[in-house]
Amino acid sequence: MTFPFPAGFPSGNAVEAMISAPLHLAGERLALDPAGVLFWPARKLLAVSDLHLEKGSHFAARGRFVPPYDTRETLARLTPLLRRYAPRHLVFLGDSFHDAAGAARLPPTERATLRQLLEGREVTWVLGNHDPLPPEALPGEAVEELRLGPLVFRHQGIPGNGAGFELSGHFHPKASMATRCGAVTRPCFMTDARRILLPAFGAYTGGLAITEAPVAALFPRGGRAFLLGKERLFSLAVGPMKHLAAALSRTPVEPTSPA
Amino acid sequence: MGTLPEPFARWFAARGWRPRPHQLAMLEAAEAGRSALLIAPTGGGKTLAGFLPSLIDLHRDPRLGLHTLYVSPLKALAVDIARNLLAPIEEMGLGATVETRTGDTPANRRARQRVQPPQILLTTPESLTLLLSLPDAGEMFGSLARVVVDEVHALAGTKRGDQLALCMARLSKLAPGMRRVGLSATVAHPEAIAAWVAEDARAESVRLVRAEGGAAPALDIVLPAGRLPWGGHMGLASMPEVYAALKTAGVTIVFVNTRAQAELCFQALWRLNDDNLPIALHHGSLTVEQRRKVEAAMAAGKLRAVVATASLDLGIDWGAVDQVIQVGAPKGVARLLQRVGRANHRMDEPSRALLVPANRFEVVECRAAIEAVVEGQVDGEPPRPGGLDVLAQHILAMACHAPFHPDDLYAEVTRAAPFAALTRRDFDDTLRFVEDGGYALTAYERFRKLFRDSEGMIHVRTAQVARQLRMNLGTIVETPLLKVRLRGGPMLGEVEEWFVSTLQPGDNFMFAGQLLRYERLDPTAVIVSPGGEGEPRVPAYGGSKLPLTTDLARRVRAILSEPRRWRELPPPVQEWLRLQRHASELPPREGLLVETFPHRGRWFLVAYCFEGRLAHQTLGMLLTRRMERMGHGPLGFLATDYVLAAWSAFPPEDVDHLFAEDLLGEELEEWMAESSMLRRSFRNIATIAGLLEKHHPGQEKSGRQMTMSADLIYDVLRKHDPQHILLRATRAEAAAGLTDIGRIGSLLARIKGRIRHRALDRASPLAVPALIEEGREWVAGSAEDALLAEAEALVEEATGGAEHFTGTLGLGALPSTPPRPAEPGRRRAPHRRARLGAG
Repeated sequence: MTFPFPAGFPSGNAVEAMISAPLHLAGERLALDPAGVLFWPARKLLAVSDLHLEKGSHFAARGRFVPPYDTRETLARLTPLLRRYAPRHLVFLGDSFHDAAGAARLPPTERATLRQLLEGREVTWVLGNHDPLPPEALPGEAVEELRLGPLVFRHQGIPGNGAGFELSGHFHPKASMATRCGAVTRPCFMTDARRILLPAFGAYTGGLAITEAPVAALFPRGGRAFLLGKERLFSLAVGPMKHLAAALSRTPVEPTSPA
Repeated sequence: MGTLPEPFARWFAARGWRPRPHQLAMLEAAEAGRSALLIAPTGGGKTLAGFLPSLIDLHRDPRLGLHTLYVSPLKALAVDIARNLLAPIEEMGLGATVETRTGDTPANRRARQRVQPPQILLTTPESLTLLLSLPDAGEMFGSLARVVVDEVHALAGTKRGDQLALCMARLSKLAPGMRRVGLSATVAHPEAIAAWVAEDARAESVRLVRAEGGAAPALDIVLPAGRLPWGGHMGLASMPEVYAALKTAGVTIVFVNTRAQAELCFQALWRLNDDNLPIALHHGSLTVEQRRKVEAAMAAGKLRAVVATASLDLGIDWGAVDQVIQVGAPKGVARLLQRVGRANHRMDEPSRALLVPANRFEVVECRAAIEAVVEGQVDGEPPRPGGLDVLAQHILAMACHAPFHPDDLYAEVTRAAPFAALTRRDFDDTLRFVEDGGYALTAYERFRKLFRDSEGMIHVRTAQVARQLRMNLGTIVETPLLKVRLRGGPMLGEVEEWFVSTLQPGDNFMFAGQLLRYERLDPTAVIVSPGGEGEPRVPAYGGSKLPLTTDLARRVRAILSEPRRWRELPPPVQEWLRLQRHASELPPREGLLVETFPHRGRWFLVAYCFEGRLAHQTLGMLLTRRMERMGHGPLGFLATDYVLAAWSAFPPEDVDHLFAEDLLGEELEEWMAESSMLRRSFRNIATIAGLLEKHHPGQEKSGRQMTMSADLIYDVLRKHDPQHILLRATRAEAAAGLTDIGRIGSLLARIKGRIRHRALDRASPLAVPALIEEGREWVAGSAEDALLAEAEALVEEATGGAEHFTGTLGLGALPSTPPRPAEPGRRRAPHRRARLGAG
């Protein structure tokens, strides 16, 4: 089942072949894209989470010269999506920069690219734990959370029923799906009737299994994961995770860095 | 010459010894001011031969300051040698000072050693690198007369060897008169080893001394009384025979090939141990204290047997070992000789050893190995060129020592054999990498670690750089390990992290010779309690695989292809080969047998090429690439020395086309770059070169610590800077694991029109050993997405469409299952596994 998109996207683009999945939250029709972004057609809004821009230079400043191309790569992945969905409103769900000084470290070329991508759109920077301050010298509004219609956008989801209909990031969710040749693990969206957890979009971002306590705490009754594929999403029913959520009392709510 | 000076001659005579010819030859080389390489079998008095010239020199001309540096690949070996050296020094009243310097040396002694070094210092390559990075290295090593490198065969051709070779080049600069001594077991390429030892990378510069061979070892094959297993490498069926053999000998070392196998064999022997013989366990994942305890008990003669892995391969003196039992195929003649040499540390008596093959194929392999031993043919590959990642580490270490000029350092490092062919371009690019990352995009100028002054000298920018170097020093990259601790009790050792991730609380596993129950993971360790019920699992370790050498593969093929030679083989093996003939067919002498069959949800293709592992590795890349194009959905492959096995999501068809001659035309670069082989190489290279933080056991699981996934970096770098020095180093390293295309070409030409394809409904007898071999490679094609779609559709079908995703999430009413944990080590593409490091 595909979400109908207007034709006429530039050809020769990998995104063109992608099939997004429609999803309803609080009566609003949303589309999950296999690239790991969420589109809200009624508001022409595109949400993208955990870009972690300038993670490379963050490491370089500490003596690890990891390749400086992460910002370039992340923006290159974002560009065709903006072309495809042509959003009026662009919402970054937090941790857009790897650290508070990240925006200031943007190299001139990447800064120009980013500005160009933001131009002519309403831009909301939801603040995250990595980037608790508004990004320096970039257009857009920085907020702790954003409420639009029935939906609330925040960086880190709040467990329980009081969170509202929530879209969040922070955890870099990934899930494993059993196949006849063994399990396949992919970054994923995690959803239930109350919330949608978005995968991390940045080039240097890894993942946390949805069965880990911090994610499980958001989805004690389980839900549905959508694993990212090359051209489409793969849907996976996830059972209750209360037993895992119980472990939460001992675990700080923070994505761990296992690898 | 021919004699020893006093008091050495008297000391020898008092023991009823006579100096051996090779000991005298080493002395003569030293007197002539030559560097030397001694090649001698185990038990040849090798170490004494290496030290005699130093002891004599120090006796004639006693002087303060460091005189001789001894470097060994094992910390324990350095400690052991120190002990063995102190006795003669004391007995002859030489008064020479001997000390060790390893990672375990206490800080106060380390500081004192720098100011007031002993005359003889025993150390490891890592500790030497560290010493050479210190600003006062010149004072410490300036007086050096000799460096003795033990177990050269185990170092040359490895990254640790690359590092040591670079260190020796530096030592030669600090102490120009210094001579080098290499001590090596019998090797297939003595000239290459001599060049490795040489000051100028030329074999002629080194005097080659060979100890005459001792008595030929007495080798026998032992088979179980019951049925000989089809597959498996554990050899447990033969434990009653092994136990019986233990009882007949004084002290036995039972060598096995993997740590998991060590655990299982140890358990099995203890179940049989009605006589309560003292049998111990020794492998590299046990704690140091535990290993030392076993080693001490062994040396004190308190043990009857030790079940050991390669952790006991190298030449520590264990006192009297009467018998060696090798369980599982020996995998290489040189390795077998080394292990067998542990029995009877005297050259004039034959070493006794029993080979215990674990399956039918291994019987053939053992037979082939014995044949090679009898013919005196040693196998092994010549050392490969040095790694640029090691060079990067060395450059930084040298900058920490003192400012240098690039021209001088280039001249210096190219005198080390592994880097003799290093181009100036590669050197300069590696230097640039150390300075600021060396990226085409010059983004890190302000973070640079080194700077150049107006005379072109290179300096370290901050003191922080040296601290970071010390954290990252060394070339051994461990897979992430977790400590195992008994609840309320001691630490037992370490297991690989992925193994722990497959355990649920309450699961059993076998470790450190005990049955353990997994309780929980706390921040520093895996907490276990004794006991547990049900079938226990055994931790496997990625690094435990031993590749078979090509020479043995050739011999095995020869035996298989001549049915009249089967008479040399025991009856169960003959029966196995007959069964193969019945179920499928035997690999023809000309042409190629290819079998395809389903197995555990996958399709397997096994090609019996017998071209050796390197050729099969290359062929595996080519073949899976073509399978991808043909829509077979290849998932991975395994190259052994005998066969290439590939597995896929869908059945392989048109085998003739798969192996057609135009296979060589497949575009490989992208395909290979995506493979687990290159990703693994990159991870190691990036770590050694200092791009990634080195794993420090125990420190890892703090949770908050920033880590970066090597795979994500690899993907980004490949796309944006494909000619970066680390990617060139990765490709070069991978190329060493492949063979030249020419060899594949001639194979394809030879088998053209002679491919025997057998489509079977299950694995053939001959294929079984390949299915359980370690060393699998993964490829990244479209199969994963196809499998996900299939699994999703299956759920939909099974639930009658109730799970059909309709656009509204009415999840409460749906039967749902939790996601199953992955099956690591089996089918989890390594690059996915590594996609963990979150921000």
